[in-house]
Amino acid sequence: MNVRKIKDNIMKGTIVGIASFNIVIVFLIFMFILRNSLKFFNMVPASDFFFGKVWISLSHIFGLLPLLSGTLWVSVVALFISVPLSILTAVYIAEYASLKTREIFKILIETMSALPSVVLGYIGLYILSGPIKNIFRLNTGLTAFTGGILLAVMAMPTMISIADDSLRALDKSYKQASLALGANKLETVVKVLLPSAFPGIFAGIMLGFGRIVGETMTVLMVTGNSPGLRSTFLAPVRTMTATIAAEMGEVVQGSDHYYALFAIGLVLFIISFMTNTLGDYFIQKSRRAGK
Amino acid sequence: MDMAKNYEKDQEKIKVRSLLKGRGEKIIEFFIKSVGILSIFPVLFILSYIIFKGIPAISWEFLTSMPKNGMREGGIYPSIIGTILLTIGTIMVAVPFGVFTGVYLVEYASDNKFRKIINLTIVNLSGIPSVVYGLFGMSLFVMSLGFGTSIVAGAFTLGIMCLPVIITATREALMSIPSDLRQASLALGATKWETTWKIVLPAAFPGILTGIILSISRAAGETAPIIFTVAAFYLPFLPQSIWDQVMALPYHLYVISTQVPNMPSNIMDGTLFVLVFITVGFNLFGAYIRYRFKKKI
Repeated sequence: MNVRKIKDNIMKGTIVGIASFNIVIVFLIFMFILRNSLKFFNMVPASDFFFGKVWISLSHIFGLLPLLSGTLWVSVVALFISVPLSILTAVYIAEYASLKTREIFKILIETMSALPSVVLGYIGLYILSGPIKNIFRLNTGLTAFTGGILLAVMAMPTMISIADDSLRALDKSYKQASLALGANKLETVVKVLLPSAFPGIFAGIMLGFGRIVGETMTVLMVTGNSPGLRSTFLAPVRTMTATIAAEMGEVVQGSDHYYALFAIGLVLFIISFMTNTLGDYFIQKSRRAGK
Repeated sequence: MDMAKNYEKDQEKIKVRSLLKGRGEKIIEFFIKSVGILSIFPVLFILSYIIFKGIPAISWEFLTSMPKNGMREGGIYPSIIGTILLTIGTIMVAVPFGVFTGVYLVEYASDNKFRKIINLTIVNLSGIPSVVYGLFGMSLFVMSLGFGTSIVAGAFTLGIMCLPVIITATREALMSIPSDLRQASLALGATKWETTWKIVLPAAFPGILTGIILSISRAAGETAPIIFTVAAFYLPFLPQSIWDQVMALPYHLYVISTQVPNMPSNIMDGTLFVLVFITVGFNLFGAYIRYRFKKKI
């Protein structure tokens, strides 16, 4: 009996220990990236990094703005496409589609989310970039626009499934009351269901946005790899993530360039921390509203 | 003044209403349905492209021979083996940590601050960009811990990245187990740990398995975290130990489609097919098990 009690206590301690390990990991990730970034800010003033308009690693000029603008252009295109499409698709599968159609959609959306980013990059490189070059009469089809389209495909599964969940989590009484008051189905959807499901839909958009900003391989392959401030999305750019992936291989360990890439990582970490915490807050909120 | 404003507002409302009623209703509903259906066309297109282009490029020789002539000839055998080894390593790292964290959250934690913090860290782990995992893995595992560019370093990096998937799946699976089961076991004199290990975990196994399969799918498809931790550009032989570099399918696809000039397209299409077959295949398999499991409960 005593042995079993002791074993029980040991296992309890082990489990609590392992669970705390998760906190340690996030803390470690943050510390490693922060420590290396601080080394960079010791070499280069932070203001030169955050407000610098040029990124030429060979000349040791590390300005974040061109990379940030690359990420922004790609995100704007991706959100502009994915948000309306995702909301309409979620409304369709939650309210209009038959049970069978719904199942098929769920499977396809699952498949969509499983496609590796390097596969979407390949598709962009060999299928999408040609038509974009010809339609807009550009010198190259590798632009922020091309990347934005592919990232929209990548973000849609997250947005659709969370919006769909929050639409279906709503209490049936909402719909019934609206229909009983004489509203038709569309009025019920637009004026009752969508506003009540808003926290969930917004959470999906935040998490999708996080995915867009953090995506690496697709943008590395299809956005043209050219850091610079652009005034249009029909130009080659280079995002923050792509810069890390492209330059880490050729960097000298311990140089200012090496630490500069960690400083970009820090910016990415902070953005993803904010979008995820906010997204999670709205998911919890929508769960409470659903009940 | 107020009345005029109200009148205008009412007119607006009527306009909106008429847009949603009668003919407007039909048009907007048609619009919703067609957009809903159209939005899955990209996936259908991508899948059929991969299937029709990829299958003709697949042969036994392609799957089991070494790349030759700067990867322009031969097969993708070392990349397949590399991806399998990496995936096994990832699972060995992620499963014990992930499952026990899930057990803590459902079985052991009281609704306190500590649990909230762990939940928040899991949410944030799942959102950290993959390239940041790559940076972290390189600076901790490759350099600080001295693992070098190796399978071990890659498996740890991917394993940490997959933790949230396994934790979430375990948590959901454990929460779906009715509490009668636990109470019956405890009433018979079993300790908390015996109840968890012998009663609750076996009952939750299919749900946990779903999480494991989904992480396999994710680990096999990720590129950014392995570039600096394990992946080799071109290595036409198999690794001798877990401290060696390996080639991996996603990185190989990236390399041959962007870094190697005059790459024959059938090799690229074949690699594309094998990669998608593994990632999407495991994902659908996981979804199927989850579906069966939900039906049973």
